Amino acid sequence: MEHSKVTPREAQRRRLPLEKHRIEDWIGRIYTSVCVVFLIATIVSIVYFVTSKGVATFAVNGVGIMDFLFGTRWAPDASPPAFGAMPAIAGSFLVTLLAALIASPLSIAAALFMTEIVPTFGKRILQPAIELLSGIPSVVYGFIGLTLIVPFLRDHVGGQGIGVGAGALVLSIMILPTITSVAADALANLQRGQREASYALGATRWQTIYRVVLPTVLPALLTGIVLGMARAFGEALAVQMVIGNAPFIPTSLLESASTLTSIITLGMGNTAMNSIQNNALWSMALVLMLMTFVFIMIIRLLERRNRI
Amino acid sequence: MTTQTQILRSKARKRAKTADKVATVVIIVFALSIVAILLGLIGFIMFRGLGHISWHFLTSNPQTIREGGGIGPPLFNSLYLLVLTMIITIPLGLGGGIYMSEYAKPGKITSFIRLVVEVLSSFPSIVIGLFGLLVFVNTFELGFSLLAGALALTIFNLPLMVRITEQAFAGVPREQKEAGLALGLSKWKIITSIMLPVAIPSLVTGTILAAGRVFGEAAALLFTSGMTTPPLNFSDWNPLHPRSPLNPLRPAETLATHIWKVNSEGLAPDAIQIAAGASAVLVIMVLLFNLFARWGGRTLYRYMTASKRMN
Amino acid sequence: MFKKLPIMLFTLTMILVLAACGSGNSGSTTTGSTTTGTDASGEAAATSTDSGSILAVGSTALQPLVDQVAQKFMADSKYANISVQVQGGGSGTGLTQVSEGQATIGNSDVFAAEKLDADKAAELVDHQVAVVAMAAVANKDANVKGLTKQQLVDIFTGKVTNWKDVGGADQKIVIINRPSSSGTRATFEKYALGQKTEDPAGSIQQDSSGTVKKLIAETPGAIGYLALSYLDDSVAELSYDGVEPTVENVEAGKYPVWAYEHMYTKGEPDASTKAFLDYMLSDDVQKSDVTQLGYIPISGMQVQRDAEGKVTQK
Repeated sequence: MEHSKVTPREAQRRRLPLEKHRIEDWIGRIYTSVCVVFLIATIVSIVYFVTSKGVATFAVNGVGIMDFLFGTRWAPDASPPAFGAMPAIAGSFLVTLLAALIASPLSIAAALFMTEIVPTFGKRILQPAIELLSGIPSVVYGFIGLTLIVPFLRDHVGGQGIGVGAGALVLSIMILPTITSVAADALANLQRGQREASYALGATRWQTIYRVVLPTVLPALLTGIVLGMARAFGEALAVQMVIGNAPFIPTSLLESASTLTSIITLGMGNTAMNSIQNNALWSMALVLMLMTFVFIMIIRLLERRNRI
Repeated sequence: MTTQTQILRSKARKRAKTADKVATVVIIVFALSIVAILLGLIGFIMFRGLGHISWHFLTSNPQTIREGGGIGPPLFNSLYLLVLTMIITIPLGLGGGIYMSEYAKPGKITSFIRLVVEVLSSFPSIVIGLFGLLVFVNTFELGFSLLAGALALTIFNLPLMVRITEQAFAGVPREQKEAGLALGLSKWKIITSIMLPVAIPSLVTGTILAAGRVFGEAAALLFTSGMTTPPLNFSDWNPLHPRSPLNPLRPAETLATHIWKVNSEGLAPDAIQIAAGASAVLVIMVLLFNLFARWGGRTLYRYMTASKRMN
Repeated sequence: MFKKLPIMLFTLTMILVLAACGSGNSGSTTTGSTTTGTDASGEAAATSTDSGSILAVGSTALQPLVDQVAQKFMADSKYANISVQVQGGGSGTGLTQVSEGQATIGNSDVFAAEKLDADKAAELVDHQVAVVAMAAVANKDANVKGLTKQQLVDIFTGKVTNWKDVGGADQKIVIINRPSSSGTRATFEKYALGQKTEDPAGSIQQDSSGTVKKLIAETPGAIGYLALSYLDDSVAELSYDGVEPTVENVEAGKYPVWAYEHMYTKGEPDASTKAFLDYMLSDDVQKSDVTQLGYIPISGMQVQRDAEGKVTQK
């Protein structure tokens, strides 16, 4: 950069903006680093606080970890109290899996429709419309569940209406937009060449989709599904309104059950901080948090496969 | 022989064609059923709620037991909370995003930060709500307040904002950046005076979309901003006065928490209509936000590029 | 315009940092000012002797009442210097916050000893401001007018599962219960069932009275319990051991399923808090707001009950 011969005057003229440069760059560096440090501090404190509260159940109150994770009796106010979180954990997994089972085929079909069958209409109208729907608040979904789905199930399927089935249905509607938009993005990003080569070989559209398109985007589709499941697993209010919240592992889809989130929302305000009943709820929050990590790990693994 | 293979081949072709038709029909049916479900939902919300929306409904106070309560304060709270959240989120998110796109060198630390952003964005809202209750409400002694709510929502929106900024900056053409370097500008100068203006349209779109999420959040707010609104004096705009609507240390129920509360605890005889009306308002707000984000981004883009040509 | 952006951004961050610090401070001063506070809004009525700000946190069931009374209280020129803030959050939250000094008053549906450790509960002073009575409520199709205590116990422990066994229609019983931490459930179990119950499988739990009422009204064979203020034609209230759940029967001590609404303070209340609590118990409030919102005035009760559940004539 520097020329070998610089007049002193020129050097001075250059130093000035250099000083200014340095200050400017320092401001930039400090400002952006502070933001990043804040970001890291946030997550560290969340993990720390939730963990320390969640562990208190075991460390301070002396509940066995195994009794908590695998115990099937949740009776925090009985004497002696029992803190088996298995019903809630099982309930969370059950509704999440069911929701993914219902939503995945529908969403992937919708994504295929948008990208393979009516690309322009799909991109211009359908995709924005579906993205809009992911913005609909969860309380509204809960409201719909309670006024539409529950009475429908009660009158046409049987049982009390409220239960695992209703919870899974509400959740599946909630995660439809998530899975659809991830899947549509993946399909749209697929190299045109592959698709065209397949058509050029005389393959029909379905053969192209089934043999070429789907295998290529499979990891991305799975990522979308896992993202949807992560959302379903952590959803609180909509599920709580329709699932029934009985602390039992359900034996049928029409039976009332509970999830981690529903037990937490129901109990948090009614229990006093640092009481064993309250700490047990924090332990459930800890389980929720750990599950988030698991979901993220799965997504990362899938993305790694996607890159190859 | 040849005829036989030809027959076999044409049979296979026919089968493939039938499979293709069946699959197409199945895909279309599934896709249309999704569209039907989603349109049905929006239609249902609007059908139930629109009739109840009036100027009076949008501006008057909620009623505990009498009929005719409105959603004025919750609506105001939602908007105000949004502003508060964005005031905290935007500078932090911009900084984080700029760091990720311009300063971070590929390596362990950068991928760790990326992981942090990913984890933050996928935390269940209830976990963030509980964290807010423990830290902002109890430890910082903010009480159930708008500020505690805004901080909790910042945790939600920050990772989104970081990602939006990073993408927006990554979308700036290399040539522009190099032109800045050639002019002998400092890195920070290039970022702020060359890249930022180019990135602004997509930043605006992303920010508005992120802001829209504030409207819908309820689970985290139940534990941080509370479920009540004190009586507000809408002629007092000094943020330090306890009855001023702008006081960030007062508790506030937002539209979403109001729906939750009316739905579950409402004693008013018209609670169901209020919940329906408020749901409709909420959905309309979210829709408006999205449309505005797209339109705003496009207009800004046009404005920015045009203004550059004039220079 | 964009030349100034870095400076603008920088100032903005500084403002934010300052604001964060500032608000942190003002946060602690607001909560700290409960005893000394000079209320900024004070268009000071010269007659008022006390000034301060009160923060009442807790029970969502009690919150509408406290909220309404607080508005009336602040509108009264005698108390213009006192500001009252009311927040929900649940009985447990209210008791925690008052016990830790973050709130001036903790609203609760239950006695503090049921939620807090004994030594913490002992620091709190109980102010009973209203009575809330609960009735067992069934879906109308169940065709039952009343149940005895034993029948209720059998139903809520899952021994009886069909309405015909308690003299109703041939219909499966669906229990709409409250979560085990709920104050409403604690009251119902203590005074109606006389024992803690475990949830039979398949029972539904909802915390909010509105949802419970909606479910009982809609679900065939449903049974649950509601505060008297929530009762209307959509559901059938049941008599208890032959006694109708009416305000008169509660006041006379004939109908036992009721509980106090408590407002706890840590130690004896200061002057302004005491003024508010006294106002709460004044005839003016008890005869209008309390009854209007479906509670039973404390003054009308002919019996009283202690934390152990012993009932004595007043």
